[in-house]
Amino acid sequence: MKKSVLLGTLAVAGLAAGVASASTLEEVQARGALNCGVTTGLVGFAAPDANGEWDGFDVGVCRAVAAAVLGDPSAVNFVPTTGQTRFTALASGEIDMLARNTTWTFSRDVDLRFEFTGVNYYDGQGFMVPRELGVSSAMELDGATVCIQTGTTTELNLADFFASNNMSYEPVPIETNAEAQQQYLAGACDVYTTDASGLAATRATFEDPTAHVILPEIISKEPLGPLVRHGDNEWGDIVRWTLNALIAAEELGITSANVAELAAGTNNPEINRMLGSEGDLGGMMGLSSDWAVNAISAGGNYGELFERNIGENTPIGLARGLNAQWTDGGLLYSPPFR
Amino acid sequence: MNHSQPFVRTQMLEAKEPPLAEKGVVKWMRENLFSSWLNAFLTIVSILLIYWVLDHLLPWMLGGIWNADSLSQCREIRDSLYPDGRDVACWAVLSDRWHQLLFGFYPPELYWRPILTLVMFGAAISPILFNGVPRKLFILTAIAPFAAFWLLWGGSVWMPVVVALGFVIGWAVMKFASMPLGSLVATILTILLPVAYWLFLAGPLAGALDAAVPVGIEAVQTDDFGGFMLALVIGVSGIVLSLPLGIVLALGRQSDLFIINKCSVAFIEIIRGVPLIVWLFTASLLLNYFLPPGVQFDIMLRVIIMVTLFSSAYIAEVVRGGLAALPRGQYEGADSLGLNYWQSMQLIILPQALKISIPGIVSTFIGLFKDTTLVVFIGLLDPIGLSNSIRASTDWNGIYWELFIFIGLCFWIFCFSMSRYSQWLERKLHTGHR
Amino acid sequence: MTIQVVALLLIALAFYWLGHNIVSNLRQLGKDFDFGFLWSRSGYDINQRLIEYSNNSTHGRAALVGILNTMLVAALGCALATILGVIAGVLRLSKNWIVARLMTVYVEGFRNIPLLLWIILIFAIMTEATPQPRDFRGDNPDASMILFDSVAVTNRGIFIPSPVWGDGAGLLLIVFALSLAAIWAFRRYAHKRQEATGDILPVFPVSLGLFLVPTLLVYFAFSAAISRDQYPLMGVGGQQGATLEQFVEENRNPSICAIPDTAVVNLSTELRAIGQRADIVSVSSAAQMQESLQSGDCVLAVMPPDVAATMAGSLDGVDLVTLGQTIDRGRPLQFERPQLAGFNFEGGIQLRNSLIALWFALSLYTGAFIAEIVRAGILAVSRGQTEAAFALGLQPSRTMNLVILPQALRVIIPPLISQYLNLTKNSSLAIAVGYMDVRSTLGGITINQTGRELEGMLLLGLFYLVLSLLISGVMNIYNTSVKLKER
Repeated sequence: MKKSVLLGTLAVAGLAAGVASASTLEEVQARGALNCGVTTGLVGFAAPDANGEWDGFDVGVCRAVAAAVLGDPSAVNFVPTTGQTRFTALASGEIDMLARNTTWTFSRDVDLRFEFTGVNYYDGQGFMVPRELGVSSAMELDGATVCIQTGTTTELNLADFFASNNMSYEPVPIETNAEAQQQYLAGACDVYTTDASGLAATRATFEDPTAHVILPEIISKEPLGPLVRHGDNEWGDIVRWTLNALIAAEELGITSANVAELAAGTNNPEINRMLGSEGDLGGMMGLSSDWAVNAISAGGNYGELFERNIGENTPIGLARGLNAQWTDGGLLYSPPFR
Repeated sequence: MNHSQPFVRTQMLEAKEPPLAEKGVVKWMRENLFSSWLNAFLTIVSILLIYWVLDHLLPWMLGGIWNADSLSQCREIRDSLYPDGRDVACWAVLSDRWHQLLFGFYPPELYWRPILTLVMFGAAISPILFNGVPRKLFILTAIAPFAAFWLLWGGSVWMPVVVALGFVIGWAVMKFASMPLGSLVATILTILLPVAYWLFLAGPLAGALDAAVPVGIEAVQTDDFGGFMLALVIGVSGIVLSLPLGIVLALGRQSDLFIINKCSVAFIEIIRGVPLIVWLFTASLLLNYFLPPGVQFDIMLRVIIMVTLFSSAYIAEVVRGGLAALPRGQYEGADSLGLNYWQSMQLIILPQALKISIPGIVSTFIGLFKDTTLVVFIGLLDPIGLSNSIRASTDWNGIYWELFIFIGLCFWIFCFSMSRYSQWLERKLHTGHR
Repeated sequence: MTIQVVALLLIALAFYWLGHNIVSNLRQLGKDFDFGFLWSRSGYDINQRLIEYSNNSTHGRAALVGILNTMLVAALGCALATILGVIAGVLRLSKNWIVARLMTVYVEGFRNIPLLLWIILIFAIMTEATPQPRDFRGDNPDASMILFDSVAVTNRGIFIPSPVWGDGAGLLLIVFALSLAAIWAFRRYAHKRQEATGDILPVFPVSLGLFLVPTLLVYFAFSAAISRDQYPLMGVGGQQGATLEQFVEENRNPSICAIPDTAVVNLSTELRAIGQRADIVSVSSAAQMQESLQSGDCVLAVMPPDVAATMAGSLDGVDLVTLGQTIDRGRPLQFERPQLAGFNFEGGIQLRNSLIALWFALSLYTGAFIAEIVRAGILAVSRGQTEAAFALGLQPSRTMNLVILPQALRVIIPPLISQYLNLTKNSSLAIAVGYMDVRSTLGGITINQTGRELEGMLLLGLFYLVLSLLISGVMNIYNTSVKLKER
């Protein structure tokens, strides 16, 4: 009762983000748009362009989910979140899913009560140093001054790494990647540490990228993935299987170019099941049968998303590495669509 | 007859030229720059300082590059223009993204709406700020908040109309119920009736009207707000909405009623004792805890609520200053006319007190407007937040000073003109009033 | 009365509503309200810590470190802002055209641009304009230390010498305290005498003499007596009679056992001079030193000769040798110079760039507001006061001290209090430069790692509230003391 009363007022105010009803799916469908939490800006993963359109690897996941649920990849409200506000935004229902290169950890999954729906990028924390320092291994960093971004798992990993190797260091906590970059380039810290993908992306935009080396040591596992609230398993399934569909699509050779053609029917039953020409996988999740077609045509399969946003042909130039398909020696392995 | 004629000069002598050291530039310099050894020293140090700053800044700024698509292109152009390795600004980031810094992601074809809102807002507050403006504009002042809301967010025209109707109801109750029912009951009704109306009637009514006569403009999501527009919307709505609350709090703090007085004091001191950034984090992290389960507001609305509460404490102190500055005789005069508390406040005290509070309110607004930059810490894209986003695109990653100089300049122009206005007003009130 | 009851009811109702909502929200999220997280391990490091702290300390301790950092920058900021504000306020009234204009530019520039922008800009300017520690390296370095190689200005902060107390420091302190007492007594006497006879004694030179002379005498006497003493140096493994340089070839960056005093500082200075970092394990007794050497906690030890004599043969299983080099015992008070070692300067005190940038930005910003307050205060004292004071034959400095300032202060202090409060609250913007104040530790990383936003924000709000009330309380007491006593 009270709820509906308040809703009335807020609807009048026109600013209400809505009331969390039993199901996130219904809510998203009623709203006609997906609220997706992203970073306030990280090169290659999420950033607005000159027209205000968000673009990036994490953004691609948001768009795929929106396309799967609503059939429209542009029906997304991107909510920029900081390292500090992201979890509250998700827990409070302000956003439906968070795709903000967030590390899947035990305590976040269990204690903070979120559900990680998979991994869209296997990352690890690395170090970057200027070449002229002559450092070739992280073990030589005793006494170094280290720039870190706050509000992440990075600072905990760093403390653990230096403590376990009995080395000392001086942390310089920085709020944003852009500031950290400026501090590092000016030599205010010897080392910049963050996820290896971030290091590569940052280094790529330096005036002279060759003057900096990324050290071979990766000191942590950082499986980054989209996450949703605990408790709404149907919604979790949708996000999980949309991501899986993107990954499986690459494995099965479905691209944004040929998806429409393949959706008509092929002689591969798994493709047929996934794209909806056989069985009704979409209906089981409460979606239309062409959900995967929409998701894949939104921005292409996993490989296409990767290549367009962070791959080797972009300025960021990340190699697939761990993020190759399992058939190519990577870790990407989608459960079967059956 | 021997008459002696005393010598009388019929013509004045031409005034002599003053000595060289006592005229023109030399005199001015001697008096204003080199009047003592200490002053001469200070002058020389100042000139050196100014020269040093300009020498570093001007070549960098004036040689800047305006046409480029990305920072790397900027660097290429720079290297071809200045092979000597001179560093120059890359203003191209501004020509590429200025509209984002000003309007955020607001649809470019709808830029006229925020601009019109700003013009309307200026016209609406002009009768308050300047004396010479026709009083009829006060009608615009009353309509402006609703019109501004409609213009900025768009959507159906009926929602703001229906909400505005609530105030009309309140006014009508105040006007016609106080005679038969007594002032206390009337006051309570004035508050209760519109609230009940907003809670129960307004929503369905707006829906029905919209269904019957659909009039509206394209709706814009709050997520699309950003840049200086966001800062202005938060700042202005914070101040405007906090005025009524601030006045009530100020009256509460002046009141002899023990409980009301203590509550007002506690509220004001708690709000003022804690930094705005903590309140903003409260808005971002905690406000959802305070609302019934499942209900949530948009982050911007939460920020506006928090900023309103925050500035109401400051406005209360400003208004209290205004109340205290009124001569005691005004209060006594009102009492001797037999006016009751509300009447005397409404007719005698507040109009005068508010008038002399305007400079203080303007300063509070300037402070609040500057403080809106803090919303960057909770992920809203104000100018500084946008500068981070812009630098997160591969094109402009690594750019630094140009964006901050632009943002700083915009803030400066806005705040400086406001503070000049407030100083002018203060002088005027000072001479005009006493 | 009715209004009061209604208001009370409404407020109670509102509180009940809020409380009820919080409880049901917490239940829905499956969270509880518990401050237990304050006693769990924090796991993160803080660079500037005024009390002992490591990543094994608790979240509560981290909050305390943050609180002290907040208070430090607030206190420093208030002091510098007052100085800047007074100077700028006075200079704005200067007859020197260019200086007055410059001050106007300063005041209007800082007042009309958001503080956050200034903090970011000043931090960036300091980072870009000062040399990095690397630039101090090499035979022909790009940058060098200033003030006789005792202070290094880098973009990681300013490194200044730190005082180290040696033997005899206690006596030095007692003498210093006595001379302070003597200065106080002399000033009292001079004041009484002036009241009684009108004679003005030379207070300043006498005070200065009392302040410096006795302490310096004791210092030099002590130094002459002990500073030539040499302490032997003992190492685990290595050649008997080897030099320090030979020893560290085997043991790079050796850890040193010592009772913390000036001798070990001298040793680490010598180590850094040959490019080694020294890790000091402090012990409190000879027995403890023996233990540490035996367990391998350290490989190098410095100690008085008598202790060394007993130590030499008493260790079993560890090959302890006396090196050929000895170390100066040191003076009662010594300053440890910062030296380049490894990646960075070591030794001395590091005033981090984040602290300095925040401090400067807060002071410059608040100083601009204080300048306006000071200007208004001086203008509020009517010109006749100055003229009357001159007519009485008072010197300009005495006119300022005895006539103008006391009157101007009454106008200045109340708004000054609110500026101090503003500065303290604005210090929470430390997050922008990575200064670890209480908002960054308790309100930042701790909340982020534990997910305890309700408890954390509550504590944070309470801290700022108490601090604000404390500052305004203290300043108000001061305000009443300088207020015009109306009778």
